[in-house]
Parts: sequence; structure tokens; C-alpha cells
Amino acid sequence: MCIATPGLVISVNGDIAQIDYNGSIVTANRGIVDCKKGDYVLVHAGLIIQKLSSNEASDMLDIFNELGEL
Amino acid sequence: MDINDIKIFLREYGGRKLTFMEVCGTHTASIRESGIPSLLSENIRLISGPGCPVCVTVSGYIDRLCELSVKESTCVVTFGDMIRVPGSKKSLADMKALGGNIKMVYSPFEILDLAKKDADTNYIFAAVGFETTTPIYALLLEKIIEEKIENIKLLTALKTMPAAIDHLCKYGITADGFIAPGNVTVISGADSYLELSNKYHLPFVVSGFSAQELLSSIYALVKLEGKARVLNLYGAAKKEANAKAKEKVSKFFEPADAVWRGMGKIENSGLLLKNEYSKYDAGSADLTADHAKNSGCICGKIITGQKEPENCPLFAKICTPENPQGACMISGEGTCFNHYKN
Ligand code: SF4
Repeated sequence: MCIATPGLVISVNGDIAQIDYNGSIVTANRGIVDCKKGDYVLVHAGLIIQKLSSNEASDMLDIFNELGEL
Repeated sequence: MDINDIKIFLREYGGRKLTFMEVCGTHTASIRESGIPSLLSENIRLISGPGCPVCVTVSGYIDRLCELSVKESTCVVTFGDMIRVPGSKKSLADMKALGGNIKMVYSPFEILDLAKKDADTNYIFAAVGFETTTPIYALLLEKIIEEKIENIKLLTALKTMPAAIDHLCKYGITADGFIAPGNVTVISGADSYLELSNKYHLPFVVSGFSAQELLSSIYALVKLEGKARVLNLYGAAKKEANAKAKEKVSKFFEPADAVWRGMGKIENSGLLLKNEYSKYDAGSADLTADHAKNSGCICGKIITGQKEPENCPLFAKICTPENPQGACMISGEGTCFNHYKN
């Protein structure tokens, strides 16, 4: 039940957002994550649990440089 | 250091034998699907933890859902994963065949429409889950109250992970580090592992779900051996908990002791509805009975990482996904299921 696949927010209306998963549209609650049209989000059982950020890769790189020195 | 260097390092690692526990069932599934154990040196072993919400639910809870499903004017609404989990005698699937009123949904919010369309039926949601799922029930309760819906209740079996890991460290497993689930940490915050990390002087690495992310996390755990350190490799997770989720959950729920399948009662490892919201509770406290349908099932040992599914005499012989004898063979996140499939 914890499978979370990224989807694209195509519209928001109050606490409800429409999410596009490659053409199939689902409704999700955005009560705990501020998101807007165009954001990629992860949805867990009908609740948006996170917005995906674009700078994750560079953060990882820094961490590995640090670990390499251990 | 790129992923190929990491693969070589993990394959050729010749240091002290290390055991890491992946706490989350979704990690167990990805690890098995991507064949990660075969990429690791024999000195690195992965064991699965109690992170599949369906697998840790006790029979007393399932038995209560079964009773409710045949009660007059009552409908049990549940995630699909729960349907085949055996209670002490029957599962919800058995009850459905006997005429029980049971509906499966993808999201708990779907119960709102069901209840509004059929005001004469009492709808009971089988509210299981960990930190990621509990905020959904809080938001659902807000809607129920806002829309003055009188025919929805929750039967809760809500669990929180840190107390269960603490219990395992105290009484059971010898792990050299933990792979913590990224999706749960997005809600609970990476700092939620600090206390445990310091107490047992063990590293926790917060990981995503792809093979690359998992291999990177295992590499990080090897490098952090013996260090009390929480390392977040899941970009979307922060140090702090999601404030809105925390606020909504603490509005409706309070910490309580919880019983875990095969592990017994663990202090403060669960949540129950607060007294002021008891009218939305379908009788969740005290569902503590834990009887395996098949006395040979060793699910309790599996979810605490003490045994592998292959150690169970029923595995793949009597117990298969088509004819499951224990919860670990049912859920897509169950350890036995994942060992059977991959
Ligand atoms: S193989 Fe089946 S019977 Fe054995 S521990 Fe797993 S679920 Fe239980």
C-alpha cells in the first residue's frame, strides 16, 4: 500500500489536486503539501506526501564526496 | 564515486561481516525485485524489518473486521492488501464469500462518497498504516466532521516505527545499521531516527526506492559502520517532520501501546483516536489477540529479521501467494511474498 509513483499536478482546487499519470488522471488531497500546477508529486493512498525537487542529484554528490573521505 | 564504483566496492567488500535491516516493506520488494542481494559481498547481509503494515496486524483486529462485515447495515471498507490476511479463523475474503459486506478502495477518501450515497449503512474503514498513512485518516476525519457525516467510523491499527525499532534493538536483532524509508521520513523527518542512532550507536540511512538509491544507501551504511549518524540520501525528506501532517495527526490521535503480530505489545508504538473523537472509533483499543491461522507460521520471526522465509517449513510448499498461511505471504510488501516471487 506504500507504493508512491511520481505524477504531474495538472490542476488544483482548494485541498484537491488532479494528478496526471501518463494520461490517467487521479484526484489527490493536498492537505499537507503545498503544490501547484506543473509540480511533480508523490501520492500515497490518495494523499500528496511530497513534492519532488530538482536539486536532489547535486546534494547526493556532495554526500558521497564526504563519505569517500571516511 | 559513481554507481559503478559503489557496485565494485559492495561486491568486493572484505571487511567485518555486516547486517543491515531494511525497515520498510516497499524497500524489501525493491531489493528482491532488483536482485540486490546477489550484488553484495557475502560479508554484507540484508534482513527485513517490521515495515509492512498489513504483516504486523494481529489476528484480533482482523477478527473484529470480520465480525463487523456481517453486522446488520454495516460495510467494512479496506485497502485491497488486507482482504486475504488471515484472522484466527477467517479472512475478509472468506467473509465476503459468506455474504459479508466489504468494499475495497485505493484511497480512504473514497469512503466519503460511499457513506453519503448510502446514509442507512454504517461504513467502517480498516485504518491500518504507519506514519505516512495516518495523516490521511486525520484529513479524512476533518472532512467527516466538516460535512457532518454520521455514518463513518474507523477501526484503527496505527503504528509508529521508532518504538518498534527500539524494541528490536533491545530484544532481538543484531543489526549494524538501518535503511530507513524515504517516504515515511518525508512525513516524520530524518531527525526522528537521531535518538535511536545515538542510543544504540548505529547508523541510519534514509533511502529512496530505486536499485541505485538502495545500493548507495548500503554503501553509506558500510562507510558509517559503528557511527551514531543519521544520513539522509532521500532529497525530498527533511530533518524535521512535515509540520502540517504532524499538526493534523496530533489533533485527532494520541500515542498508545500497540500490539504487533509476533512481537507482542510495544509501549507507545501506536496511535489511538483521542477521547473527544471516540464517536468515530469502531472499538479499536484492546484488539490484542495474536493467533496464527497455521501454528507452523513463523511470521513473527520473519518480521523481526530473526529468520528468513526459507527457514519456514511451510514456505513455498504449503504456503504460497495462492494459498497464504501468514500475512507475510500476502502483501506485495511481505517478506515471504517477495522471497517467493524473486
Ligand atoms: S512462509 Fe508462510 S507460513 Fe511461513 S512464515 Fe511466511 S507467511 Fe508464515
